[in-house]
Amino acid sequence: MGNRTVKLQEIVEIVEGTILTERVNMDLDVLSCGASDLMSDVLAFMKPGSLLLTGLIHPQSIRTAEMADLAAIVFVRGKTPGLEAIALAQELNIPLIASPYGMYEMSGLLYKAGLTPVMPVVK
Amino acid sequence: MAQVPKFTKIQELIYELPIERVMKKNVVQVSPDTTMTELKEILRVNRISGAPVVEEARLVGVISIEDLIKALVEGDIQAPVRKRMTTQMITVRQDESVIEAVKKFTQYKVGRLLVVNESGGLTGILTGGDITRGLLEAISLDYHAEEISRYRAKHIFEDIVSDQTSLILRYKVKAKDFNSGGRASSKLKRALDRLGAVPEVIRRVAISSYEAEMNLIIHADEGGEIIAELQPEVMRITTIDHGPGIPDVKEAMSLGFSTAPNWIRELGFGAGMGLANIKRCADFMKLESKAGAGTQLDIVIYLRPEATDETSPQGEKPQEPA
Repeated sequence: MGNRTVKLQEIVEIVEGTILTERVNMDLDVLSCGASDLMSDVLAFMKPGSLLLTGLIHPQSIRTAEMADLAAIVFVRGKTPGLEAIALAQELNIPLIASPYGMYEMSGLLYKAGLTPVMPVVK
Repeated sequence: MAQVPKFTKIQELIYELPIERVMKKNVVQVSPDTTMTELKEILRVNRISGAPVVEEARLVGVISIEDLIKALVEGDIQAPVRKRMTTQMITVRQDESVIEAVKKFTQYKVGRLLVVNESGGLTGILTGGDITRGLLEAISLDYHAEEISRYRAKHIFEDIVSDQTSLILRYKVKAKDFNSGGRASSKLKRALDRLGAVPEVIRRVAISSYEAEMNLIIHADEGGEIIAELQPEVMRITTIDHGPGIPDVKEAMSLGFSTAPNWIRELGFGAGMGLANIKRCADFMKLESKAGAGTQLDIVIYLRPEATDETSPQGEKPQEPA
């Protein structure tokens, strides 16, 4: 479990997501996944091509995805960012997805589907 | 950059290219009184498979090679075009994008669309082949323009020769302007991409510059400035502000230490990780500050991964910026 890449199409189906940006490449391979509301953690630990699950709908979550070369962002619990944030994501070609699930359930669903975790395990 | 999702150039063009750029102008028109026999000659001579039918400058129908074949089969070759033409006319506007034409081709299963201007006048005709040809031409034009400009940007340091060439990019950062946070770093990231830097290096520059930019927004009384100096081998990023200054630099550098207010923390920053993140990305970093004065942060990142201290023989640290 937790060692494969998953297509964006499959991720959207698993999280029952609504796609918020236009012209999304659903065939994109998502390499790994991390969940955080702390953008400095995302910048420090997430890898290029990974998927971010977050409750932070501020435009800074999109800026963070841009700087860290993330694949896409899924917002939890039906949260939807404002038009300014969506426009920024559109401009930067970062797919935004809204899911009805909370962070814990969604992480569980994607982990069960085998998507590789990106955050380091610190023992 | 390779990991950032992108829709293809074709998809982009289908949405952006106006129909008038791909349609056939100088359309061969026929009158409704033309006979089908005459039509056969018109189609053959002009090597076309159909034509709009126009009467007194008004579009009244379309006639195609299929209509001609049916007339031949039924022995009705002497009939006027008026009798055999299709009056159901599917039109698109010349200023609409190619995607609108693609949708109509799919919806109506017709071989050609009539292109009209705002006042409904016929300005051209469009077939599937015209779209394919137009897209291919647009792609090759775009490709060349992009290639040339990328080539020029990448070779800027070879083209402009001096004993020491550097390119300086300055960005002003406004205090407390959280919504615009990252704008400067975004521009810097794009500039490095155009200049042909390695994606891994671009990412390290972007992340460290972004954290430094957020620090200016969050902490500096009057905002500050990001000065990025690019040389063929190395990038130096300096951020400068004029206060309030840091009373204890060592404490500020320790992981988890933060003086950011709560509203910043609610926005995903201010967890005392910014400087640590910068240090992780940089080959060299120096923070100088005095309470009541200003703060200067210097970051050095080597542009060629092989030039970093990890792989250089003596494990040499890069020189401190002046």
